[in-house]
Amino acid sequence: MGQIHLEKVRKAFGDVVIIPELDLQIEDGEFVVFVGPSGCGKSTLLRLIAGLEDVTGGKIVIDGKDATELPPAKRGLAMVFQSYALYPHMSVRKNIAFPLKMAGMDKAEIDKRVDYAAKTLNLDNYIDRRPAQLSGGQRQRVAIGRAIVREPEAFLFDEPLSNLDAALRVGMRLEISELHQRLKTTMVYVTHDQVEAMTMADKIVVLRAGNIEQVGSPLELYTAPRNTFVAGFIGSPKMNLIGGAEAGKFNAATMGIRPEHVRLSTSEGAWKGTVKVSEHLGSDTFLHVESPVHDEPLTVRAGGEFPVHSGDVVYLTPEPDKVHRFDANGLAIR
Amino acid sequence: MATLHTKNAARAMMAPAVIVLLIWMIVPLAMTLYFSTLNYTLYNPFSTPFVGFENYSYFLNDPTFLAALANTLVLVLGVLAITVGGGILIALLLDQDFYGVNIVRLLVIAPFFVMPTVAALVWKNMMMNPVYGVIGQFLQALGIAPIDWMTDVPLLSIVIIVAWQWLPFATLILLTALQSLSMDQKEAAEMDGAGALSIFWYITLPHMSRAITVVILIQTIFLLSIYAEILVTTQGGPGSQSTNITYLVAQQATSYGDIGAASAGGIVAVILANIVAIFLVRLIGKNLDA
Ligand SMILES: Nc1ncnc2c1ncn2[C@@H]1O[C@H](COP(=O)(O)OP(=O)(O)O)[C@@H](O)[C@H]1O
Ligand SMILES: [Mg+2]
Repeated sequence: MGQIHLEKVRKAFGDVVIIPELDLQIEDGEFVVFVGPSGCGKSTLLRLIAGLEDVTGGKIVIDGKDATELPPAKRGLAMVFQSYALYPHMSVRKNIAFPLKMAGMDKAEIDKRVDYAAKTLNLDNYIDRRPAQLSGGQRQRVAIGRAIVREPEAFLFDEPLSNLDAALRVGMRLEISELHQRLKTTMVYVTHDQVEAMTMADKIVVLRAGNIEQVGSPLELYTAPRNTFVAGFIGSPKMNLIGGAEAGKFNAATMGIRPEHVRLSTSEGAWKGTVKVSEHLGSDTFLHVESPVHDEPLTVRAGGEFPVHSGDVVYLTPEPDKVHRFDANGLAIR
Repeated sequence: MATLHTKNAARAMMAPAVIVLLIWMIVPLAMTLYFSTLNYTLYNPFSTPFVGFENYSYFLNDPTFLAALANTLVLVLGVLAITVGGGILIALLLDQDFYGVNIVRLLVIAPFFVMPTVAALVWKNMMMNPVYGVIGQFLQALGIAPIDWMTDVPLLSIVIIVAWQWLPFATLILLTALQSLSMDQKEAAEMDGAGALSIFWYITLPHMSRAITVVILIQTIFLLSIYAEILVTTQGGPGSQSTNITYLVAQQATSYGDIGAASAGGIVAVILANIVAIFLVRLIGKNLDA
């Protein structure tokens, strides 16, 4: 079991309200990702669930039991910190064994579990090293190992990949997803990187300034963002959000169109523009196009190689069924 | 830029400092070695015949020597125990966030700025005096007979006085170490189910081990050579109950005017200090490796 319900949870540091009343249901076995810009309160929310911070108001219910007043160790949750928080003077083995030792488990059982965890995480060759003698990815694995040996009800991850280089990040992302497939334990994962959120989550919670902007599956957020913030945050490159007369043609205050949903032509189309920058990635070409319909350059994706260069004239046509419409308050019109 | 050229340049520029330092150390050491082989007393400073190792056998066979050696060890170990133990406790306390913590930190450091002779005299006359000392008055108020500290427990008195002076140093070093412990580690341990005592034992104490080593090494060097506090309080007495090696060496010269024996004692003290240093570095020096 690993069901976490937040009921009217509030958090303020002194007078500064970080999280105004918030309700959220996390079901057993789900992979939930909290995503949002830096400083929006993702870590704070995770720490509230972990019990490392006290709530200012509201209730945290874990597996049907009120856990609001429980100390962290009694909540049955394991956390992987952004800094890994390994114990520097202990070997990898002792690090992973620490929670079991604290639980008073007998030596044979501890060894068995640590060996098993080390093997699944490919740490068996480093088991007697200190954290300082490991690479970033290996430290990350030790931190995960320390979390899984406890067999917790749920895992909490706070930006676990942000200290790794890009290639390693993609690898670890897969490993964590696989771990979730295998263990089927609830995971709550915090990140500011929407790509991580899209690729890993069953359910994404988009946060802004402590408020939940939208909760949904990655595809729901992609196809039906509830407001302009979610529309701009989810998807890469960002959705083009265009106001003014052009939006008026769609009966909206703001219209949104994703770069991949704009048809490109060198001869004809709805909007005329000049290419400012073209990014050739091989598989795709991204164009930043200056056009009178919007004061900022529009981003457009062309599949494969699209032979234009800075200064060339192009015509853009939004695919009509892929246009998102928002009202004056930024809410989606359905 | 560790090229041959820069290395040579660095050597050339360091040379004067190194040479001055060498002379600074070698000359007194050589003179002490030389004097220790002479029959050199202040009563007849013009006749200083060579006597070989006679001064050494005189100093080492002095019945006070073994007592002084034991006193020195008690003094060093006693003060280390109080300052390291007390320092850890006070540092843990000062690491908490409470109202006025900055002022309390300042007050805790204050004893370090008091000169050793002044501190010892204040303790002797205002704290430990059996008649009008603060401790005596306090005990009397409780109906307990006051202790004549300097006569009844002279060595303990000196241990207390010196520990009081060195407690701030230990506290300060240990506090900085404590403050550099990352919050994440404590929180991770908390999530792993460690209670306050376990966190202290498995996380905090190992984190402080390097600082504790530094405190022990530095203090030992200074504690081996305590002199002023003994001079102004017990003068090594009663008998030789509070005489340490340093005081005994000084006594050879100041009380008996025997420069030869004092020099021999000085060399013995240097050898003993080196033995202690080697012992300490072997025992705890590995904590200093990164
Ligand atoms: N202990 C604290 N005291 C005061 N303010 C804090 C504390 N912890 C976090 N905050 C504030 O709460 C806000 C959200 O922080 P955080 O949850 O770390 O954001 P995120 O993880 O989304 O980047 C930030 O503005 C931060 O300054
Ligand atoms: Mg954060």
